[in-house]
Amino acid sequence: MKHPAALLLALGTLATLGGCGSVEPWVKPYEREILADPIMAFDRFPISTSYLDHVFEVREGARGAMGGAGGGCGCN
Amino acid sequence: MRRRLAITALTLAGAAPAVGAVLPEDRADLLYHRYDGGGVVVDGPSLLVRKAFFDKVSVAANYYVDMVSSASIDVETTASPYEEERTQYSLSADYLRGKIIYSAGFVNSSESDYEADTAFVSISQDMFGDLTTVSFTYKRGWNDVFRNVNGENDPTFQEQVETRSYAFGLTQVLTRSLVGSANFEVISDEGFLGSPYRSVRYVDPGTPNGFSFQSEVYPNTRQSNAASVRLKYFLPWWRAAVNGRYRYYDDTWGVTGHTAELTYTHPAFNRWIFEGSVRYYNQDAADFYSDLFPRRDFANFLARDKELSTFTSLTLGASVSYDFGIARLPWIQRGQLNLRYDLITIDYDDFRDARVDVDVPGTEPLYSLDANVVQAFVSIWF
Repeated sequence: MKHPAALLLALGTLATLGGCGSVEPWVKPYEREILADPIMAFDRFPISTSYLDHVFEVREGARGAMGGAGGGCGCN
Repeated sequence: MRRRLAITALTLAGAAPAVGAVLPEDRADLLYHRYDGGGVVVDGPSLLVRKAFFDKVSVAANYYVDMVSSASIDVETTASPYEEERTQYSLSADYLRGKIIYSAGFVNSSESDYEADTAFVSISQDMFGDLTTVSFTYKRGWNDVFRNVNGENDPTFQEQVETRSYAFGLTQVLTRSLVGSANFEVISDEGFLGSPYRSVRYVDPGTPNGFSFQSEVYPNTRQSNAASVRLKYFLPWWRAAVNGRYRYYDDTWGVTGHTAELTYTHPAFNRWIFEGSVRYYNQDAADFYSDLFPRRDFANFLARDKELSTFTSLTLGASVSYDFGIARLPWIQRGQLNLRYDLITIDYDDFRDARVDVDVPGTEPLYSLDANVVQAFVSIWF
């Protein structure tokens, strides 16, 4: 992939343009009680998740796409 | 062997809910971490504080320390055990405007032979009745690599690494009890990507053990692609949640990796939350990796970093959380004590224990390691 930034920009633009259409929410705001439960958070403890991601990243060749603002590594 | 973290911006991203353009909660976390495995012990504290102002801006700061004592197999094979300390400071801010959150942050990581600065900007937007959140993050890193000899910086060695990352995220409410997300990230590095300490070994019949070492040689560029999907489901029978995630990874060095995780979260006894997890990871080696090269200067690029070898890893984790309140401190809304333990096992398919004497080089037993990872932390919301 020669131009990852261009691809991501295109994807983001498409997704943003999609927001211009009117889509009827199929889960109403008053139906989101379960989703608001703390155990449904993708990341209950950012400080712990960040640490574990670091541990794995140091031990493994793979990196990235772990959500949040994105992981990274300055490993040498 | 030394590997470092320049930034994990995830820490600063906060424990935002799965969806919805709202700022993260005000909270503080103080964590003690300890990794013990393969002859390496790394421990230290981490402090993360997040506070919102005027319901529009949320600021987060993180202080993190790694105290390293290493007698790893790499160190025992070609170098001397060492101790060092890495300190990392992070600062970020989120600005909420309508259904959009703009974020920016900076991280500095410092140790005696590695200096890393990283900056990132991010934007996320809610759409489709707040059922969908789209985010994009750009990250840039500037790293200086040094080499220590007998505890002092070698003045003849100084290298740089520049890193760029582009990350795209999508979070989607699927049903009243199911939420999913997808992430895609491209990372490119340019500069000195090897280690100034690590060596590769090659067949050398003229030596008593039949092999010798030479410095590793890495390409100056690397680009990786990673894509992940994740689902979190609230069970219909009782209050509990199941989380599943898969990630595919490949890069221009020829490494491909698969990561699969499953987590079960179960509240009980009013104030307790228990969690169990299993994580599987498998990767194929880099194109220029070998445990034992046929001769010196066998190829343009040479690596014997076991993190670039073929291996399989399994991690079993368990955690327990206890909610508490402090009546005398009414400004604390609630608190939580947490203890987490993970057992990591790694079995290498083509990395051998060169410390073992054998008649024929390359017939040493394959290496494996177990690591115990402990985290103890307290969180308060205010």
